[in-house]
Amino acid sequence: MIRILHQIFRTGIVTEPLPRAAEEEIKRVGAKLEEVIRKRFRRSLTIREVDAGSCNGCELEIHAINNPYYNCERFGIHFTASPRFADLLLVTGPVTRNMEIALRRTYNATPTPKLVVAVGDCGCNGGIFGESYASLGGIDKVIPVDVYIPGCPPAPVVLLNGILAAVDRDPREGK
Amino acid sequence: MSTLIDALYSALGTDVRSDGGQCPSTVLCCTVPGEKFAEAAGVLKKNYALLAAEWAADETPFGRGFSVFACYRWGKEYLIVRSELPADNPQFPSITPCYVPAYRFERQIRSLMGITPLGHPDPRPWIKFEDWPQDIFPLRKTYDAAKPVPRVQGEYQWARAEGEGIYEIPVGPVHAGIIEPGHFRFQAVGEMVVNLEERLGYVHKGIEKRFESLSWNDAVRLAGRVTGDTTVGHSIAYSMALESMTGCKVPERAHWIRALFLERERIANHLGDIGAICNDAAFAFALYQLSRLKELALRTNYSLFGHRFMMDKVVPGGVTVDVDITGADTILAELDIISRDFERMVVIYDENASLEDRVRDTGWLKPERARELCTVGFVARASGLNLDCRIFNPFPPYDQYHNIELAVPVKVTGDVHARVWVRVEEVRESIRIIRYILEHMPRGPITADPGKPLPDTAGFSAVEGWRGEIIYWLQAGPRGEVNRCMVRDPSSVNWLGLEQAIPNNIVPDFPLCNKSFNQSYSGHDL
Repeated sequence: MIRILHQIFRTGIVTEPLPRAAEEEIKRVGAKLEEVIRKRFRRSLTIREVDAGSCNGCELEIHAINNPYYNCERFGIHFTASPRFADLLLVTGPVTRNMEIALRRTYNATPTPKLVVAVGDCGCNGGIFGESYASLGGIDKVIPVDVYIPGCPPAPVVLLNGILAAVDRDPREGK
Repeated sequence: MSTLIDALYSALGTDVRSDGGQCPSTVLCCTVPGEKFAEAAGVLKKNYALLAAEWAADETPFGRGFSVFACYRWGKEYLIVRSELPADNPQFPSITPCYVPAYRFERQIRSLMGITPLGHPDPRPWIKFEDWPQDIFPLRKTYDAAKPVPRVQGEYQWARAEGEGIYEIPVGPVHAGIIEPGHFRFQAVGEMVVNLEERLGYVHKGIEKRFESLSWNDAVRLAGRVTGDTTVGHSIAYSMALESMTGCKVPERAHWIRALFLERERIANHLGDIGAICNDAAFAFALYQLSRLKELALRTNYSLFGHRFMMDKVVPGGVTVDVDITGADTILAELDIISRDFERMVVIYDENASLEDRVRDTGWLKPERARELCTVGFVARASGLNLDCRIFNPFPPYDQYHNIELAVPVKVTGDVHARVWVRVEEVRESIRIIRYILEHMPRGPITADPGKPLPDTAGFSAVEGWRGEIIYWLQAGPRGEVNRCMVRDPSSVNWLGLEQAIPNNIVPDFPLCNKSFNQSYSGHDL
């Protein structure tokens, strides 16, 4: 136990050793995000991540926004195991033929108002996999998408920015 | 001569024909008559060979029918056994009764290429779900990949278990965490799992078919996205298979930089996964500490190579980025921090009794089972198999055994702890190898002209990614274009290992066991 405590104290708050530019960006994104989440979602934005056919690259970066450097929980963002509790679906693609039905069902299981964010080049338009017998292309071929976050894969700061763009839009308009 | 091909010659005699179009020359390929395909497997099994992969190719553009291939490995030898099959009603004797891992390879061959393995115990389709028309075969040349596939009625027959108190738990395809989709079906009595059946294929994106529409040089981008967490491993494997066909002489320095990328990818993934395994045993502290170290490594990658996962940095003919002296110093300084904090975490892991209680004797893959299933990578090494392509099929600098002294950690207990511990030791090894590389890397250019392959030749490579041996087999068509690109991620064989490790564990330990294997869905489904 003493070693664990030692390591915790030694490590401290790791946002400190961040490179300057990145730190500013995270803070800016973070502060704005916090404000919007406080106003719209009563301090809590719950995300259900759906892999609709990705190569796992985007998942690695979505994992990374949970790590101590980006620590998305401090802005009230957390990931849930069930779409029934989710405010926002974070969907990576391309949508495969074999995931189409599961993605539709997940979307239908999410209570309205709901937001959908398409992650990565493949989530936006099918990326390198394109459209074929096995891949239907971007997420918006199957469910309505509010915000697109391109990148292969998008870096954690870009992901946080994209989530901000999604919650900044009023979920009740324009659908 | 090789032991395997000698054994084949002495058993099958003049039926065995050596095949000239296969590259590199160290990988032997021979053709046997279709009806002797299973007999050849039996001969090789008696000679202790392991099955590395099995696949089929549509060779109608050459005016032939189909071919079915099986790749065997014994120590440093790779042997590909091929059989030519007619274009009408192609079929071959199944090797599944002899080699268990052929089970899914052959289901896949039947589903996607439409070649029947005679005597295969399981007629159900694989990858191609029950709602696909059963008479379409996407990997055949006559199939138009752009056409959408209609949905039809169908039902998948699951394995059943019946009896008092037996109940079923279906899980997935959308899982609880931030992970890829797949379906697991448990039959359990109380908390004890009596059977686990996997169904994969949800992320089938048609990658192998897609390769055939790309140029050789563009296709490396697709190889880098077969599974995003192993982008370096797959890019190297693809590039080496292509280079073996074109005779491209990759500059020495490019090889060393590839090895640097490969080891950095290994460290980043191992750090993340060891943390995630601890988290699945409710020890979140380790997850946050180790994901912090992983993030450090990814940031160094970004600042030096321009991409956090080093995607698209390996290309046919070499690499696209070099490392200078300041870059080397940055890496060394980063490694000092990672190494120091990692060792502290290893002590904490090792001393934590409640963690030990969860990881020991859990998810036990017996050594004999691991061998029977021909598992690869850290899964195999945790179950007593001493396999590592960095030693068996090395490229520079791994070929300098006497200098680099690569140690391959092997454990025999086959439980979650063994898989963690193999990876702990691999992190240490990789850190040491990177230091060696940075100190001894030769100077020189980092790219060469990749060249173009000759028509009707085939290339092969096996590269030790962080999950294990990645195999690529490429075939050039009549005009020198991509006729077939076979990808075998380590997951294709190791998923079978998970299925065997789960029975007799309690249901709540499944996430822990699954994480300790952490196989790729995308790399398997393709």
